[in-house]
Amino acid sequence: MNDKNKIIIGLILFFVFMTLPFWYNMGKAAPVPETKLTEKAKLAKECVKPKEVMRAEHMQLLDTWRDSVVRDADRVYINEKGKKFGMSLSTGDDSCMGCHSNKADFCDKCHNYASVREYCWDCHIEPPEPPKEKK
Amino acid sequence: MNQKYMYSLIAVIVLILIAYVGVEAAGLQVLFGIILPYIAVLIFIAGFVYRVMDWASSPVPFSIPSTCGQQKTLSWIKHDKIDNPTTTTGVIIRMMLEILLFRSLFRNTKFALNEGPKISYVWEKWLWLVSLAFHYSFLVVLIRHLRFFLEPVPVWLQWLEEVDTFFQLGLPGLFLTGAILLGATTFLFLRRIYLPEMRYISLAADYFPLFLIISIAITGILMRYFTKVYIVGVKELAIGLASFHPTIPDGIGVLFYIHLLLVSVFFAYFPFSKLMHMPGIFLSPTRNLANNTRFKRHINPWNYPVETHTYEEYEDEFREKMIGAGLPVEKELPVVEKE
Repeated sequence: MNDKNKIIIGLILFFVFMTLPFWYNMGKAAPVPETKLTEKAKLAKECVKPKEVMRAEHMQLLDTWRDSVVRDADRVYINEKGKKFGMSLSTGDDSCMGCHSNKADFCDKCHNYASVREYCWDCHIEPPEPPKEKK
Repeated sequence: MNQKYMYSLIAVIVLILIAYVGVEAAGLQVLFGIILPYIAVLIFIAGFVYRVMDWASSPVPFSIPSTCGQQKTLSWIKHDKIDNPTTTTGVIIRMMLEILLFRSLFRNTKFALNEGPKISYVWEKWLWLVSLAFHYSFLVVLIRHLRFFLEPVPVWLQWLEEVDTFFQLGLPGLFLTGAILLGATTFLFLRRIYLPEMRYISLAADYFPLFLIISIAITGILMRYFTKVYIVGVKELAIGLASFHPTIPDGIGVLFYIHLLLVSVFFAYFPFSKLMHMPGIFLSPTRNLANNTRFKRHINPWNYPVETHTYEEYEDEFREKMIGAGLPVEKELPVVEKE
C-alpha cells in the first residue's frame, strides 16, 4: 500500500495555501496610503491630542466621548492644553469632521489598507466631500 | 516547581528578551523584521515537506485500522460503516469527522472510583470542547492575519472579520477568536499543571509550544487593544515581505518585533516538534485504512524475497548420502529403481 501520489497532492495544496501572500502580491508591493490633511487641519497644527496618540488611540477616545455624550450629556472636551472641543464626530466646526472634512482621504485610506471597518457611519451621516479635496 | 515547564517558560522569556534587546538596544530591525521571518518560512516549508515525504516513503507494513464499531459481517448484524469502515467513502467520512470534529477526543471518558468503591466512567468533554475551540480559533486568527499580507483585502476576509467582531465589544472591536485562543491555551496549560497524571506525562516539548502560542496571543492582544503599534507600518512591512521588497518602516514599536520573533520561532520549530500532528493526522494508519482485511490482502511493501530451503529441496541435495547412511527418504533414487 503506497499513497505517495495522494500525499504529494495534499502537500502541494498546503504549500499553495501557505504561500498565498506571495502569489497574491506577485512581487509587487502595494503602495502605502498617506493621509491628506485639509487646509483647516494644517492650520490648526495639532489635534485634540498629539499626532502619535491620535493615530493609535483615536477609536478609544471616540468611544469614551460617545459614552460621555450619551450617558452624561457632557459635550465639551478640554484637552491637556486647556483647549475646548465639541465632543462630536460630525456636528459643528470644532467636531472631528469639522476639521477633517475629507473622509475619503483622511479616514478611509488607512482603514481600507488595514481592513478596519469603522461602524461610525452606521449611525452618523457621512459628511459631504468638498469638491476641491475630491481631486 | 517542575523542571519541564520551567525550561520551556525560560526559553520563551529569553526569546522575548532577545527581541526586546535586539530591537530596542541594538537596532536590529532588519534581522528581526526581515531575515529571521524569511529563514523561518524556509525552514517551515522545507522541514514540513521533508518530514511528510519521509512518512510517505515509509509504507505501512500491516493493516492496522482501529475498530470502534461492529465489523462488516453477516447480513443480519448491523455494520458500523463509519467507525469500522470497509470502503474508501467510509474512511473519508471517518477521517473528516476526526480532522474537523476531533471525534476521538469526543469519546474521552474519565475513570473514577466512587464511594463504595464503585468503578465508574464519567462523561468528560472539556478537553474535546477546549481543543476544538482552540484549533478553530487558531485557524481563524491565522487566516485573519492575511489582511496584513493582501492588498486590496479580499471581501471574504472582511466578512470573516465582521463575524469575528460580531458583538462589537469595545473599540477596537474585540476579535472573539483572539480571546478564545488565549483562554483555551491557558486551559490546556493549566490542565497539564493541575492534573497529576497529565503533569507526569508532560514534557518540555509539550509546554514549549503552549507557552509560545500563549505569548503570541498575549503580544497580539496587547498590540491591538492596549499598548498599540503603528498598524499601517506593520502592513507595509508584511506586504514588503510577501512581495520580496522588504522594508522596515519607522516607528512600529518593539512589541511587534517580539510578536514576530515568537511567530518566526513557532514556524521554524514546527517541523521538528509534536506540532507535526497537523499533517500527521492525515497519515494515521489507524484511521486512514479501511478494515477490509477479510477480503483484501494487505501485503507488506517492505517484504524482501526470503530464500527458502524446503525439505524436498534438502532431500534432493542429500538423497544419495541419506540412503548410504540408511536414513529413510520420501523419494527413492531413480537410478536404483532402474537396476
